[in-house]
Amino acid sequence: MTVIAIPRAARGIWRRPDVSWLLALRVWQRNRDVYLNLWKAEAMWPLVEPLVTLVALGIGLGDFVELDGNQSYIDFIAPGMLAVYPMWMAAAEMGWGSFFRMDSQRTFDAIISTPASVDDVTSGEIFWGATRGFISLCYVFVMVLVLGTIESPLAVFIFPLSFLPGLMFASMALSYSAVARSVSSLNYFFAAFITPQYWLAGVFFPLDRLPEWVQVVAWFTPAFHVVRVYRGLVEGDLDWTMLVSIAWMIAVTTVFYVLALYLMRRRLVK
Amino acid sequence: MADIIVARDLTKRYGDFTAVDGISFDVAAGQCFGFLGPNGAGKTTTIRMISCVSPVTEGSLTVDGMHVQTEPRRIKGLLGVVPQEDNLDPELTVLQNLRAYARYFDLPPALAQQRINEALSLLQLGEKQKDRIDALSGGLKRRLTIARGLLNSPKILVLDEPTVGLDPQARHLVWQKLRSLKARGITMLLTTHYMDEAAHLCDRIVVLHQGKIIAGGTPDELIDSHAGKEVIELHGPIEDRLALMSRLDGRTDVSVEEVEDILYVYVRSENGFDASSLKLEANRVVFRRANLEDVFLRLTGRGLAEE
Repeated sequence: MTVIAIPRAARGIWRRPDVSWLLALRVWQRNRDVYLNLWKAEAMWPLVEPLVTLVALGIGLGDFVELDGNQSYIDFIAPGMLAVYPMWMAAAEMGWGSFFRMDSQRTFDAIISTPASVDDVTSGEIFWGATRGFISLCYVFVMVLVLGTIESPLAVFIFPLSFLPGLMFASMALSYSAVARSVSSLNYFFAAFITPQYWLAGVFFPLDRLPEWVQVVAWFTPAFHVVRVYRGLVEGDLDWTMLVSIAWMIAVTTVFYVLALYLMRRRLVK
Repeated sequence: MADIIVARDLTKRYGDFTAVDGISFDVAAGQCFGFLGPNGAGKTTTIRMISCVSPVTEGSLTVDGMHVQTEPRRIKGLLGVVPQEDNLDPELTVLQNLRAYARYFDLPPALAQQRINEALSLLQLGEKQKDRIDALSGGLKRRLTIARGLLNSPKILVLDEPTVGLDPQARHLVWQKLRSLKARGITMLLTTHYMDEAAHLCDRIVVLHQGKIIAGGTPDELIDSHAGKEVIELHGPIEDRLALMSRLDGRTDVSVEEVEDILYVYVRSENGFDASSLKLEANRVVFRRANLEDVFLRLTGRGLAEE
């Protein structure tokens, strides 16, 4: 009998994703199990960091800041806090967290020995990154609520909406982890990409005070759009440009999800 | 019995490097099939292709009648994979590890728990259920990795260097467990470079070297055809070795190989050879039966394996 091999590009970027959502959920559940074992330690950073920032900048520095319309500085930065800390969390989970699972623990090698595909792993991981972002959002939301900075009930829509930026930052960070050579090379991503977005996405000061070219660059950064939409929802001040921001987030998420699928296949399928 | 794995001209290339070079073999159901070879011979690459985690470059490979290229999920559902490096979840307990793994096979929870209990008791891990992975010894981790590989009741168990790094007691316990699994009729693929492991477990062996199969057969067949019946090892000064070689000159029932400071004389016929005629000084000579190690070293060269 002559058996003919059936060739199939296993690594091409345009290959249709091979995702079983049930198995992606299994990957997510595995991460959840680990998180529930460690949740106390995992809760420290996402609680302490935004709390210190709100107190130090919002209340401490805020005393010296005068804004238009008598808005207090803590009210000004609160919507951005809801955007940038979940960004940090989702990115950190897909940066250090996923890299560690992939490289040191070889968790992904164990998973793809089962019926799960690399695409299932990538998808489950990204959903987990978005989930970590959501948990962080819940913490920060309670803080800004207690501090009395939520002006509009529309702010509750931030909860469902937060999965979009969560998936976006998770996809971006996992795309980078998939090409990172070592844990320390993840620093490039966080130093060059996440930290500047934290400071320059319009969280701490309005961008119209900056040179025009900085504003143009800032417009293209994903965090800028998240902050803009969240600010509108917290202040109850919506306008149509927010739809542009949401469309931009969807576009960036799609591009980086497809890129993460490709880069993870390239990394794990050898 | 029917062949459960069929490989024809199976090839794997990484750029210009050919890791597996057009090999063909058949694995019968219920067999323990061993891949032997030095590091870098292509053993792990071959079983990674069988496990559908490494794409085939050329040739054909079917597992239980399915092509690895077209049905990877179904094939992976039939396999229990025990990798070379432990990849257990260190942040989960023994039981949590098994539960998380069972979920990938989509087993109903009651069945999953039943399989987990069976695997734990088979590998004598019942008392360790609540332990963290960090608290387990190397032997226990290996047994847990094997237990994890059994949760889907695999048709084929794929073992990549299953006892590497274990102490002798732990190795023998793992071997005993694997023999009891074999007795249940499970097909096994095994890579190893421990010849005693291959001799203990394998029904059939192929020897891989530089990506090619250079010999195959049962352990006894391989020993018979490549090493003979008995071996004389002469450890001693060069003059003794030269003297012995001159005495053996022209004989057809022996072959001689000199490696560093040891001379090996492989004797083909069991009874037609009178070792005393060689007048060897006993304290420098070892007489023993030929074994797989001799086959391995003769076939793959001594000390030549390069990573």
